[in-house]
Amino acid sequence: MSLLFDAVLCLLLLAGALGVVATGAARAAVIAFIGYGLLLGLAWVRLAAVDVALTEIAIGSGISGVVLLRCVRALPATPKAPAPNPLLRPLAAMVSIAIAVALGAAVLALPEPAPSRAADVATALPATDLGNPVTGVLLVFRALDTLLEKVVLLLSLVGVWALSRDPACRGRPDPLSLEPAPAPSAFLARVLAPVGVLVGLYLLWAGADHPGGAFQSGAVLAAMGLLLVMGDQIRIPATQNRGLRLMLLAGPFGFLAVGFAGWATAGVFLGYPPGAEKAVIIAVEVAITLSIAVTLGLIVLGPPAGEERS
Amino acid sequence: MTGVHLFGLAGAALVGCGVYGLLMAPGALGRILAFNILGGGVFLIFGVVARRGAGAGFGADPVPQALVITGIVVAFCATALAAALLVRLSAVDAEVARDGEKEKET
Amino acid sequence: MSLLASAFTLVFVAAGIGFFAAGTLGLVRLPGTLSRIHALTKADNVGLALIVLGLLPQAASVLDAAKMVAIWLLAQLASGAVAQVMAEAVMAEATLAEAKDAGDAAPPEESRP
Repeated sequence: MSLLFDAVLCLLLLAGALGVVATGAARAAVIAFIGYGLLLGLAWVRLAAVDVALTEIAIGSGISGVVLLRCVRALPATPKAPAPNPLLRPLAAMVSIAIAVALGAAVLALPEPAPSRAADVATALPATDLGNPVTGVLLVFRALDTLLEKVVLLLSLVGVWALSRDPACRGRPDPLSLEPAPAPSAFLARVLAPVGVLVGLYLLWAGADHPGGAFQSGAVLAAMGLLLVMGDQIRIPATQNRGLRLMLLAGPFGFLAVGFAGWATAGVFLGYPPGAEKAVIIAVEVAITLSIAVTLGLIVLGPPAGEERS
Repeated sequence: MTGVHLFGLAGAALVGCGVYGLLMAPGALGRILAFNILGGGVFLIFGVVARRGAGAGFGADPVPQALVITGIVVAFCATALAAALLVRLSAVDAEVARDGEKEKET
Repeated sequence: MSLLASAFTLVFVAAGIGFFAAGTLGLVRLPGTLSRIHALTKADNVGLALIVLGLLPQAASVLDAAKMVAIWLLAQLASGAVAQVMAEAVMAEATLAEAKDAGDAAPPEESRP
């Protein structure tokens, strides 16, 4: 029965992906992509990876979807590109099918018994006081990856801001819509945002022991911020705002500071002080969640439009 | 043949879809989407590796799961930057076209 | 008792799936954006309500049950508001097209950034 469900899910995933690739219209392709991301999230649940499912749905489908929809709206409806060489299409199809078949064969030939680090994680996890093994790997055992990924996120925002017409990157990003927000949007923002912020904070808190964590929480908080902007409840912040820039830097640099402090307290870079691991880990999580939320929101809003003429 | 293998095969097929899209998409936005589908397929194969490595009381090996979470965020960063570049590029193109028309008129 | 709970779940979830199927059918087959939104939001909200109701006896604790009800309420709120926003956008587009036909409106060029 569950095999049937998995088979249907896999077929739907493939149909979604083909829909994205085959659709000529940009907007339809992006909407198909958002649906594909939701299905991918379901696949992650079936693979017993609920943390990944939450991340995929929040970031891979939700926030990516908003970024891409904004991109579609800003792009002109481009005239159709000249038809490619008729030979190219079957050739590309052959190459793609060959790659897929090779990968599929590799998947079927995965070694038995499967190599796993689960036992190592289970042995080392009690020392961290965390209950969620994925959070343990992200923030303790592979903390360097997570630190660098925070830096990548920040660099991505720097890249977006670098596209501003203002060389000093001042001012506010262009508003999402020039018209005032429709009444239902304002209502939704007022009612949903407090609940959503609560859900975001819960995801952060629960992430220590249950599925959830800094990314998922940051994505939900960013979404609530965007909802408030869309409902005209708050104004888009100006990028030169010092508090805002501090919030952007708190995560990566706070994490880095804890990493350097690790040499003094634990004798190793990114080590946590023995005895206070959980407190420090949660402090780092709070800082990176704040930075993730603000960075994600600002990436969606786009480059600042320059200083306002008063 | 189990459900886990099924997802692995789906991941392989998604990679194929993504490669085809990257090669044949008519516009840059289509290529960004295809790149994301390719990434989704690779992540799914990671997920199969994680699920097969279940043990010690965990439903799936947490190490590949954490790597995939990092991967999803990094893929988002690349996507967002590419989308912003694309928007700026089209704005510059429009400006150039407008200037060209003006020059023709004078 | 558990047999009764299982029967209750089966009946309500099946009914919920029926509503979802009807809503999806409406989304695919009905003409016009407005009627599609109508079919989707109305039928799916009822469908979700029936599925949540059907799953309540299976919840392990009162807290789990409360979480499911909260999910239903949030989905209800979001789909209701989003349907209104989309409907307003459709109406605005229709008025714009009408005005354009009448020829008494400036083309919406300056509304583009």
